[in-house]
Amino acid sequence: MRAAVAIFPGSNCDRDMIVALKKITGKSPLKLWHKDTEAPNLDLIVIPGGFSFGDYLRCGALAARSPIIKNIKNHISRGGALLGVCNGFQILIEANILPGSLVRNKKLLFTCRETTLEVQNSLQSPFLSSFNTGDYLNIPVAHNEGNYIANTELLKELENDGRIAFKYKQNSEIETDYNPNGSLHDIAGILSKNGRVLGMMPHPERSINSLHGGTDGLKFLTKSIEEIVG
Amino acid sequence: MKVIVNISLKEGVLDPEGQAIDNTLRNLGFNNFNNIRTGKQIILNIDKVNDNEVLKEADKMCQELLVNTVIENYHINIIKDK
Repeated sequence: MRAAVAIFPGSNCDRDMIVALKKITGKSPLKLWHKDTEAPNLDLIVIPGGFSFGDYLRCGALAARSPIIKNIKNHISRGGALLGVCNGFQILIEANILPGSLVRNKKLLFTCRETTLEVQNSLQSPFLSSFNTGDYLNIPVAHNEGNYIANTELLKELENDGRIAFKYKQNSEIETDYNPNGSLHDIAGILSKNGRVLGMMPHPERSINSLHGGTDGLKFLTKSIEEIVG
Repeated sequence: MKVIVNISLKEGVLDPEGQAIDNTLRNLGFNNFNNIRTGKQIILNIDKVNDNEVLKEADKMCQELLVNTVIENYHINIIKDK
């Protein structure tokens, strides 16, 4: 397994992601810096969460125009797997790798809490093929701009093509605000057309140890990596 | 000259900041308005004098970085130095 974590000024979940990947694969992933123009052939690149470039202009906008993005685009055109978490998801959208937009949370609050995700009836994707439609994963979110929006045609396309990976789901009767940001169709994560790029707001790397309150993130990352390695 | 780019959210895109300002203005007794939209302004100082060239370049900047055209509208104004 050749994995790398792409790091930008202001990334702050890179170390947690490195710990998670090391725990699963037994070796530290490569660290890619935003200015890197050369990268070896890799199986998986992860763009971690954080506040790249201080969220200036728009979340992810400046990172999405960094030199490393060309490498990342080459990586996916070779069929490599790519995971963007939180700010990483925002960067993938700003880089036009995934469609739609992530805007300010509906209630204007930074939301940091556990969410319940329902795995959707998705197209063939290494990130999801070990799970069944309707499986639940408890993974925390922490973001201010995670409200996914898209026009009606795009939403229809994403639904019909099985490109919605996860939806926020109500997990108990008392939990009425299960969608933490107001995203359309309760979308928490979407896939590229070929299923090999996943952008998600929740942080799997923050749920890899029982001391975190759960290990569903570890389960998700482990299964994904098993499928990517094949 | 100065190039002033005004960026605002498109109609239909939720503007929660605008809504919050709307609520507070009404609390203060201002009611003679509707549909507040917030936005941002970017000011560029440019030495060139050819308006068309500057406008074209500013538009390219908007398309490539300054504006997310999925959710935002923009308008470019040029102000000449006195």
